Amino acid sequence: MSAFVDTVEQKEQLDAVLSDLKVVKGSLMIAMQKAQEIYGYLPKEIQERIAENLSFPLEKVYGIATFYSQFHIHKPGKYKVGICMGTACYVRGADLLLKRVEEITGILAGQTSENGLYTVEATRCIGCCGLAPLITVGEEVFGNINADDVNRIMENYKE
Amino acid sequence: MKTLQQLQEIRDKEKIRMSIRENTGECVLTTVKKSVLICGGTGCVSGSSKITRDEFKARLKDHNLENEIEVIFVGCFGLCAKGPIVIIYPEGTFYEHVFPKDVGEIVDTHLVGGQVVKRLENKEAYDDGRNKPLFETQFYKAQQRICLKNCGHIDPENIDEYIAMDGYLAYPKCVKEMTPEGVIDVIKASNLRGRGGGGFPTGRKWEVTAKAKGDQKYIVCNADEGDPGAFMDRSILEGDPHSVIESMMIAGYACGATMGYVYIRAEYPIAVQRLLMALHQAREYGILGKNAMGLGHEFDIEVRLGAGAFVCGESSALVTSIEGHRGEPRQKPPNLAVEGLWGKPTALNNVETLANIPQIILNGADWYSSIGSPGNTGTKVFALGGKIVNTGLVEIPMGTTLRTVIEDIGGGCMNGKKFKAAQTGGPSGGCIPAELIDTPIDFDSLTEIGSMMGSGGLIVMDEDNCMVDIAKFFLDFTVEESCGKCTPCRIGNKRLFEILTRISEGKGEMKDIDEMLELSEYIKRDSLCGLGKTAPNPVISTIQYFKDEFIAHIKDKKCPAGVCTALLQYIIDKEKCIGCTLCIRKCPVDAIKGELKKPETFEVIQEKCIKCGACEPACKFKAILKV
Repeated sequence: MSAFVDTVEQKEQLDAVLSDLKVVKGSLMIAMQKAQEIYGYLPKEIQERIAENLSFPLEKVYGIATFYSQFHIHKPGKYKVGICMGTACYVRGADLLLKRVEEITGILAGQTSENGLYTVEATRCIGCCGLAPLITVGEEVFGNINADDVNRIMENYKE
Repeated sequence: MKTLQQLQEIRDKEKIRMSIRENTGECVLTTVKKSVLICGGTGCVSGSSKITRDEFKARLKDHNLENEIEVIFVGCFGLCAKGPIVIIYPEGTFYEHVFPKDVGEIVDTHLVGGQVVKRLENKEAYDDGRNKPLFETQFYKAQQRICLKNCGHIDPENIDEYIAMDGYLAYPKCVKEMTPEGVIDVIKASNLRGRGGGGFPTGRKWEVTAKAKGDQKYIVCNADEGDPGAFMDRSILEGDPHSVIESMMIAGYACGATMGYVYIRAEYPIAVQRLLMALHQAREYGILGKNAMGLGHEFDIEVRLGAGAFVCGESSALVTSIEGHRGEPRQKPPNLAVEGLWGKPTALNNVETLANIPQIILNGADWYSSIGSPGNTGTKVFALGGKIVNTGLVEIPMGTTLRTVIEDIGGGCMNGKKFKAAQTGGPSGGCIPAELIDTPIDFDSLTEIGSMMGSGGLIVMDEDNCMVDIAKFFLDFTVEESCGKCTPCRIGNKRLFEILTRISEGKGEMKDIDEMLELSEYIKRDSLCGLGKTAPNPVISTIQYFKDEFIAHIKDKKCPAGVCTALLQYIIDKEKCIGCTLCIRKCPVDAIKGELKKPETFEVIQEKCIKCGACEPACKFKAILKV
């Protein structure tokens, strides 16, 4: 894995966020959320920078990053494929969609493919229960689908 | 800053413009001659309704009709199964499954040509040559909309439309005509109970907060709706964010708090964006902030985003998370009302609870407590999902039976299948079996039969769902979401999950059932917070009502619903088979053998079969059986 390098703009953005938040009560999680918006994930280097700037021990930042499922400490793939595992989707066969996505991408839920193309996630309910079962690719939602539709959808996300 | 007088002027003016949406045939036509309401809830937006809206606007502009025909992006209409939904007023034509490609036809044929586009019209909403008002259709008939009153009716991104619906009238009424104690008395008299699941009386919660000593107090709105299959709170925030803001202001006045926080799931981007926009508009109008509405009290609201932890729906964990820590629950007492956010008295209410408050203030406690049944007053919003025809968002008076919800409002199970059970309360709740379908839905009746109201997810299951599998599904969720602070929850639920997994694989023993029940008791008794205390409920209630299914898995090594793959076998019905070999070609592991055109030679080699199910739909003669 290559070492983490950020761009000048990213660094400036994060610096601005951190200096704004120094005076806000309970700001650590907000800082981490904003940092993840900037970088897409929270590598160790960024966790260290947040800890240092807001005067928290690094283990506290790491503890929060690993407690909440929205924080990622590894770089996610180009396409985030989410399979909604809410109850409404589950009773309508979401596990079959998950199985198919896993077959197509060659990775299991929670993993990122080695070529950096896919991250597969069994997500919590996204609240589109009228479209159950469904998958998401990035911001796109594909609802009322079966496993064969998954093949068709994934054709568009091959490179 | 707007004065109360100016707000009243906005109200009067907007009321006239919006009367076009009343569907009563009586409206004052202003420059606006028609209203196109497009659902902008998450479900319909996922069906491209945003593009549909833009397409409408562009096409109307091409026809120079953009001033005469308004296009409004509203909150959830409720009938998600028919989404994306478009309703055109004043005629009240209800179009279903409208996609961007359909816009041209609706504009040309209907809005310009004056003819309804029959192929997109909801069949039920058109009757005897007239458009039925929505509330007369099957889905809406048994509903009573209080919390969802404005959802699907107003533009949530336009504060003026909320004001037109008597918005921001309740707060001035409280401050000008009532004492803080008086407000609490009204809420107490209304018997409103917390809609987040616990059902604690809201008025009492406010009273304790008001009486608690503290230089600073807080109002917190719990919008961390983590229960899978529940989207009531999201829909309210997406469709009517100002009602939550106004309620928090009222709570602030009643409890003596000047600051409020909304803790909302980051997975709800549209709700977050609309809430932020609403807060911005309210501040611009001088409704929020120092000297709010010029009435001499201060109140402001900040938004904090959750980060995907189910346990943060628990009140003390939520508060800990707002403080910027890992969301672990704390020991109670002291209750939050005494020692909450940053150690200060805090009144924490869920979104739906709050959405009731302005209506109670405006219409009175007697009006509210006349709805529902004594001790269970008002309405409850449910997210109806699963194997049901009319998936969507419904609001029913408390005490409505499950039968009404499933058969009348929901339209029964999909594909004519048999109703087996309904699940309420998500991972904390239980299953209600078909034989109890006449149970009234309220806090006490549901608790009595071993389920719970919960926050409002109502998932319908049919004969194809396996109850052992469902119990396992919820335990899988709980194991993942347990914060790990206390042992009974962290380890106990894991053990429950393992036993359920064993049973679903055909490795269970009869003593497992009693062991699970015993372990469940320990977990419930010894866990600190609501998550642990309720986590075994799905196991207990499925054993209570579907014990025979557990026994079938354990003794007969069969899954009656045909879900648990380890217990399935695919076999070939040689009577139906014609020997085409399609199944052989489909099988990825060469587990089917047979000679072309010799059905009697066909066989599934069970040792090789991985039960992927590829052969079953491939056979055109239905000769592959799942047993």
